[in-house]
Amino acid sequence: MSELTLFLIRVAFLAVLWIFVLSAVGVVRSDLFGARVEEPTASSEARSRWSRAKPAKPRRGAPTHVLVVEGRSQGERADLSQAPILIGRGADAAIVLDDDYVSTRHARIASSGDQWFVEDLGSTNGTYIGSVRINQPTAIAVGTRVRIGKTILELRK
Amino acid sequence: MSAQTWAREFVHRRRRGAELFLLILSLVVGIGGYAAVGLGVDQQVPAGIVGYGGWLAALIIGAHVVVRMVAPYADPVLLPLVAMLNGLGLAVIHRLDLAAGATQNDGYARQQLIWMTIGVILFAITLVSLRDHRIMQRFTYTCGLGAVVLLLLPMLPGIGKSVNGARIWIHVGSMSFQPGEVAKVLLVITFAGYLVLHRDALALAGRRIAGIDLPRGRDLGPILAMWLISLAILVRQSDLGSSLLFFGLFVIMLYIATERRGWIVVGGGLFLGGALVASRFIPHVTARVDIWLHPFDHYQTATGPHSDQLVESMFGMAWGGLLGRGFGNGSPYRISFANSDFIMGAIGEELGLTTVLAVILCYGLIVERGLRTAIICRDDFGKLLAVGLAASFALQVFVVIGGVTRLIPLTGLTTPFLSYGGSSLVANWVIVALLLRVSDHARRPLPDFSFDPGEATTQMVRLPS
Repeated sequence: MSELTLFLIRVAFLAVLWIFVLSAVGVVRSDLFGARVEEPTASSEARSRWSRAKPAKPRRGAPTHVLVVEGRSQGERADLSQAPILIGRGADAAIVLDDDYVSTRHARIASSGDQWFVEDLGSTNGTYIGSVRINQPTAIAVGTRVRIGKTILELRK
Repeated sequence: MSAQTWAREFVHRRRRGAELFLLILSLVVGIGGYAAVGLGVDQQVPAGIVGYGGWLAALIIGAHVVVRMVAPYADPVLLPLVAMLNGLGLAVIHRLDLAAGATQNDGYARQQLIWMTIGVILFAITLVSLRDHRIMQRFTYTCGLGAVVLLLLPMLPGIGKSVNGARIWIHVGSMSFQPGEVAKVLLVITFAGYLVLHRDALALAGRRIAGIDLPRGRDLGPILAMWLISLAILVRQSDLGSSLLFFGLFVIMLYIATERRGWIVVGGGLFLGGALVASRFIPHVTARVDIWLHPFDHYQTATGPHSDQLVESMFGMAWGGLLGRGFGNGSPYRISFANSDFIMGAIGEELGLTTVLAVILCYGLIVERGLRTAIICRDDFGKLLAVGLAASFALQVFVVIGGVTRLIPLTGLTTPFLSYGGSSLVANWVIVALLLRVSDHARRPLPDFSFDPGEATTQMVRLPS
């Protein structure tokens, strides 16, 4: 086989190799920029594919405020229009809880689409839904009891 | 480390089509490489190209179908990168087989293909049986015990065997296996499972001495004991590469879990101290360092440590230059163990710097995808697991390629997916399966937990009368 053919085979192989590497980089790139960022307000089509289609307007049953239903700060409330709502013992929290088992910045409640989530902010004693300690943002609905320290909060209409 | 970006969450697409496209390209590289070897060495397309190509394609496409079915959101780039590296490795090993006079049916490439089949089967089993990586957290201590037992196996008389000065092999019948490779995966799971529970205590509780927050003994104790045991075993077996790998892994995961930079300082200091002492007092290591600093003094010498392997590989890479000599035109067989530890030397000679850079870039991309998975993963165990697996990859590639290119003293480790070596190949396929499982979990859109009391109509249930 001639020298030239071998050279061409060599170059062709290197070309295929680099086409592979560059396509891989291209997929990584499109994966980075091709991913949709979910709009916090409008319910995006992506979400509605996985759940039921939801109307854009606030529905009749949508929650309007968070209420402390049990504990020493019982009766405290915060309007959901100020979301995200910080809950903790610190002065900057929207709901300041007088509870020794609550961290300064304990948890927060925020929305994504028209779904409300509670997220633990790395508190010492944790945030519980039912008897389960949450370790990632967890969806909550009206009436879900969220326990923080000795306090229980709920979303209310 | 908590998932605080969720309010503006990415909705990842599945990208399985992109994965298939990349996989086909990787097959072109693998099968094309095999054909190029035949053309370069024997002047003809090898006779078994259809059987070989079919086998490789069946494995790769099979893996793709499994991913499509059980991990539809998994990262689309990882599997093609791995498939490409494995295919390229097979072609280079086949090239070295031909140089050694082996035929298609009895060389190392054949065995490597069989090991790859086992690896892909285990990959599929892992993905199918492990639907949620968090289950592994329950087996934290079991994995730790398993790792120590596996590391001890080669020391047992009867099945353990010393190969090239390192006692890291077990032989059962005609099969030989390096349990350290599997122990690596188990140790990553152990570290991740332990640190995710104790990272707060490790980071916050404890005394501050000389500017470094030392954690309490009872928090660090178990993991330190486990790690010291594995390290002691490895040092006794004089497996330097793996000891380095485990040490680095431990420091990196501790740093990621506690977010304390002090660990890097402490780990780096301990490593430097240990390396200095070892290079001074352990003859095995002293020789390695001497070869690293003065390779040409030991080239083809009558006595003492030989640097032939390293020097031949350097000759090869210099002779290969930018584009390489082409398959069949170099003499990579001059390097001893060219198909395992020194496969980068063989690639550098016959395929040139261009290919070496592409391979290193592929490893970089694998590590990047692992770390990206860790960033977007929603649970801490998954984060630590992905970091650990990616770091084990990064360290292993750095140690072995750094050794071959004379950046650092040479320590024996396999080049993941490229080198000939069954245990390493199988373990690395399982690592990729675990990474894909975590990334599938991380990229999957959040499940909708909500029930809608406002919208839902009350269901009428007929009561049994």
